[in-house]
Amino acid sequence: MRVLMFGWEFPPYASGGLGTACHGLTHGLNNKGVEVTFVIPKGGSDLKADHVKLISADSLSNIRVATVNSILTPYISSEEYSEKLILLKSKKDPSAAMYGKNLYQEVYRYAKKAETIARHHPHDVIHCHDWMTYRAGINAKKVSKKPLVVHVHATEFDRTGNNPNQAVYDIEREGLHAADHIITVSNYTKKMVVQHYGINPDKVTVVHNAVEYRPVPKRAKRKHTKNVLFLGRITIQKGPEYFLYAAKKVLSKDRNVRFIVAGSGDMERFMIEEAARLGIADKVLFAGFLRGKKIDEAYRMADLYVMPSISEPFGITPLESLRNETPVLISKQSGVSEVLNNCLKVDFWDIDEMANKMLAVLNYKSLHSELTEQGHREVLGMNWDIPAERCIDVYRHTMGAA
Amino acid sequence: MVSVCFYFQVHQPMRIKKYTVFDIGNHHDYFDDSKNREIIERVAKKCYLPANKVMLDLIDEHKGKFKISYSISGIFLEQAKKFAPDVIKSFQKLAKTGCVEFLSETYYHSLSFLYSRKEFGEQVAMHSELMKKLFDYEPKVFRNTELIYNNELAKHVEEMGFKGILAEGADHVLGWRSPNFLYRPANTSSIKLLLKNYKLSDDVAFRFSNQGWKEFPLTADKFSHWVSQVNGNGTNVDLFMDYETIGEHQWAQTGIFQFIKNLPKEIFKHKDNCFMTPSEVIDSNQSVAELDIPFVVSWADVERDLSAWLGNKMQQSAINEIYAIENMIRSRNDKALIEDWRRMQTSDHFYYMCTKWFADGDVHKYFNPYDTPYDGFISYMNVLNDLILRMKMKK
Repeated sequence: MRVLMFGWEFPPYASGGLGTACHGLTHGLNNKGVEVTFVIPKGGSDLKADHVKLISADSLSNIRVATVNSILTPYISSEEYSEKLILLKSKKDPSAAMYGKNLYQEVYRYAKKAETIARHHPHDVIHCHDWMTYRAGINAKKVSKKPLVVHVHATEFDRTGNNPNQAVYDIEREGLHAADHIITVSNYTKKMVVQHYGINPDKVTVVHNAVEYRPVPKRAKRKHTKNVLFLGRITIQKGPEYFLYAAKKVLSKDRNVRFIVAGSGDMERFMIEEAARLGIADKVLFAGFLRGKKIDEAYRMADLYVMPSISEPFGITPLESLRNETPVLISKQSGVSEVLNNCLKVDFWDIDEMANKMLAVLNYKSLHSELTEQGHREVLGMNWDIPAERCIDVYRHTMGAA
Repeated sequence: MVSVCFYFQVHQPMRIKKYTVFDIGNHHDYFDDSKNREIIERVAKKCYLPANKVMLDLIDEHKGKFKISYSISGIFLEQAKKFAPDVIKSFQKLAKTGCVEFLSETYYHSLSFLYSRKEFGEQVAMHSELMKKLFDYEPKVFRNTELIYNNELAKHVEEMGFKGILAEGADHVLGWRSPNFLYRPANTSSIKLLLKNYKLSDDVAFRFSNQGWKEFPLTADKFSHWVSQVNGNGTNVDLFMDYETIGEHQWAQTGIFQFIKNLPKEIFKHKDNCFMTPSEVIDSNQSVAELDIPFVVSWADVERDLSAWLGNKMQQSAINEIYAIENMIRSRNDKALIEDWRRMQTSDHFYYMCTKWFADGDVHKYFNPYDTPYDGFISYMNVLNDLILRMKMKK
């Protein structure tokens, strides 16, 4: 079975859930003997302009990575895209002239490249991940006439807190309707796709994400001050302000707690100002954007990881936290809450309950250790072979129907 | 001669409501009155009232030859008085027939024997008083919460004056021996031990409506046949189960009521069969051998041990803390404070914190009023902290 996959970020570039999920899934497919041509956008003048480059993915014998020169990145907004382009131009980067004038043009330009790739790389099924690749999938399908599987890791409704950008919504809707089959990362997201995009639920299969086992170093001894961690993009979808409001409540009961906000995003300034306004600026630390080992270190220094997302299609970070033996408190408005049992769950808007649970974990040692041990054990039982198998079932189903 | 000895457990905990850290020091309403009422009312309708009616009719029909026993927790009766007084009346009717034995237990359905002999003694005494008051009955046979048992318990309750005690007839304590005889607990002189025949008990309690079971459907005729086979190999077949089996765990649609209605006449078809209460079994039979059970057994889960209540760190820390404040609580001489402290001792609170099999979801999840064992623990500990605060302010 040969899959032409339009994905995101292959290590060592992984940052954020989308890249992690693509990477994990490709690993799982590789284990199952599926051949994958993994297409990713990769910007920069080091690449021969306008040329598809093939590289081998080390240690993964069935996977070939094809890079397309593009400055698309996961979660990039149209403003961020324009800023990036201006920066390239100011540096007199020769490739700047090639890229689309705005995000949407770039998405279409990228999709055009997909036709060439589809022509030169034989495949049985096309699989693409999130809206920026949907057009590429549609174009590839036009060329090869192979079934198209669209994988929804997030919708525009999740990202914007229910204020969708029409242009993005239109592309998503087109992709979802053009798809022969849709995979969503949770029942939560399936419902979203059915309700907001007019999709027949029979066309949607839920494949929950997983996390790969990785040995973690021993934790440092617990310090006197307790740390509660937020880690993620500081943007409306992730509910960072609820973390602050709960922090305020916690601090009214216990001053000996620090709240660490790791990540960057459009609400960063708001968060800093809000912490000051609440009078807790001295207890809230902004760690900035973390990558690689620093992420694991952040989990390990925390006594509790909180994911207060207002709409989280899945949410891999709680699994990563538990892998690092840090217990988690997650919002019920998340896909991961469908599969993770040994954690605390709360409605993102329920600040009192969020604070109540934070304090319980910080003050009741046996709760902390039980959540850690049981949660860690639960996560150890997960791996990407399971979602990969479910994707293979979907491929077979669409290939049979075609 | 085989005597069928029924014992039904009747109990409902006083469930704790969601109580947050911000409630501590602000209010002391710990218990979820509306949920407790709802459950008592529902189970009264589905089980207690109709089942009691069936039992009463059977006693009438068989002219006093049909006998049963109950162990009814004090915390249940307290709630029944408040939410479903008819249930108490119907038990009183049963008491008047003289065919019903009431067993002794701890008033609060607690694990106190494992933590405080003083508290255990007081709760048993409170329960006996209640039995006297409500049913004009003096219990002579003891059964501990969840059939938790060991040698030490048997010796202790013998010293308290009981003539009999009940336990689980678990394979790992019986070995080749049969549960269908009376035994003498190790290091005791006269107290007699009745053991649950778990195969036959669980055929009714757990497998009755299981369509995948090879004996499905279970009829009174078939079951009586199994009981009769014990003739020559035993004196008593002890069928111990939760009363809620009839109508609540096994719904009326499964035919459980009809099964119970038919059972006595089928049992009586074999002339050597009869029904006896635990006291009658004890009075008419001798112990056949000594049984040495130095470790704790219970009737819960496949392990038949304490792990459902004390298997994880949350459960252990919660129960250690509730008993750690015993002396201080008592020293305050405050009735309301002591009562709340005792209501917190009911074993169910610890059962709700069980993480064993939590990921798989099963019977533990089904009976849990909280979303997760962690939620149960958090509310419990917050309440406990409020209790401690009240105690400290009481100086």
